[in-house]
Amino acid sequence: MTAPVVEFRDVTYRIDGRVVLGPVALTVAAGEVLVLVGRSGSGKTTALRLINGLALPGAGDVLVEGCSTREWDPVRLRRRIGYVIQEIGLFPHMTVERNIGLVPRLERWPAERIRARVAELLSLVGLPHEQFARRLPHQLSGGQRQRVGVARALAADPPILLCDEPFGAVDPIARAELQVEFKALTARLGRTVVFVTHDVREALALATRIAVLEGGQVHFSGSPMAFRDSGDPHVRALRELA
Amino acid sequence: MSFFEYMVANRAEVLHNTLEHVGLVAASCGLAIAIGLPLGVALTRRPRLSGPVIGFANIVQTIPSLALFGFLIPLPIIGGIGARTAIVALVLYGLLPLIRNTYVGISSVDPAVREAARGMGMTDFQLLWMVELRLAAPVILAGIRIAAVWGVGIGTIAAAIGGGGLGEFIFRGVAMVNHVVILAGAVPAALLALAADGGLHLVERSLDWRRKAA
Repeated sequence: MTAPVVEFRDVTYRIDGRVVLGPVALTVAAGEVLVLVGRSGSGKTTALRLINGLALPGAGDVLVEGCSTREWDPVRLRRRIGYVIQEIGLFPHMTVERNIGLVPRLERWPAERIRARVAELLSLVGLPHEQFARRLPHQLSGGQRQRVGVARALAADPPILLCDEPFGAVDPIARAELQVEFKALTARLGRTVVFVTHDVREALALATRIAVLEGGQVHFSGSPMAFRDSGDPHVRALRELA
Repeated sequence: MSFFEYMVANRAEVLHNTLEHVGLVAASCGLAIAIGLPLGVALTRRPRLSGPVIGFANIVQTIPSLALFGFLIPLPIIGGIGARTAIVALVLYGLLPLIRNTYVGISSVDPAVREAARGMGMTDFQLLWMVELRLAAPVILAGIRIAAVWGVGIGTIAAAIGGGGLGEFIFRGVAMVNHVVILAGAVPAALLALAADGGLHLVERSLDWRRKAA
């Protein structure tokens, strides 16, 4: 078996002395789509922020590609990791084109290569270039913004993608559509994905593996099939919500 | 002598005092920006200090301008009689809108945007320069506009401590009880204030990303 891309080694994270997450031990293998599912306040977002070094563990270590996030240069680490958050956080003063091309620009890609990459990504997320490249985020619908957010996260071809409820704020129809496309996209690109959601159906639709977070602890980790069959009370409670 | 006749007869002095006035305001605004903008940015990094610092700038603002000019005269280096003291006083007045608007402008940037920027691997400087200052620009410009308009008005008092400018006419006119002479200072000052307000308002609008429709 190859080394895990992300590994939580007995990680504990506290805010003001209160344990938000942990102790957690968890590994994510290359190419896996791990969906962390849990209620709000279960520590899901914290888990993602520990991976890209926006948060550092109080105890234990988070290893990304074998190296602790404490030792990674945070800027280098984050440029290797695509990050999509629920509010998307598109830069409101930049066009779609500039939003998507941002990390390549920070990485000093030549302009021609950035242009080509932006065009490629826009078609990948189903937004025609000539129609959308020059728009500002406030001129997009919610679903379109989500697509731009995903395209932006993929721009510099990061091997790892972190998604924090990226489809949380769109209507159910757009959401189902985005899920189908996202699944196809990740399958095609072979990225390692850690995806956070409180929606069990979304987890079942996207995951190659599901982990259940509750009260900062992992209560279940296994395939979607195993999730359906599990007798664990936390899993049962989540299944009933779906 | 009518106002118009007075202006024509004294056009050289009017022009000289107007340019002196513009110089006072430009120098003090420039300094207020050079000090207030970095200070406002620093406060967003240390929000706990924002209360005391903005509070202090607020108190400075409440000192009557003639009194502030008076307080500065006996001070070494920054004080004394002349334009330098006047500029120091105008900078002190200009600091509050600069610090406050920079702080408010940057603080009101959507936290999700900041989180995304950090998550994408922006350095602190890139976050500040490419995102925060761009988004806060209209608010910061509004602060500069306030500082400039106040500067034009309060600058007329600089003449009381030998700072020159359009206040020269106003103080002379008051002493002579001559409306025409007062107006020779007051009308150009009012026009300068309107020009500063209008001009900076245009700059402010051009920097507002919300108006940049595709």
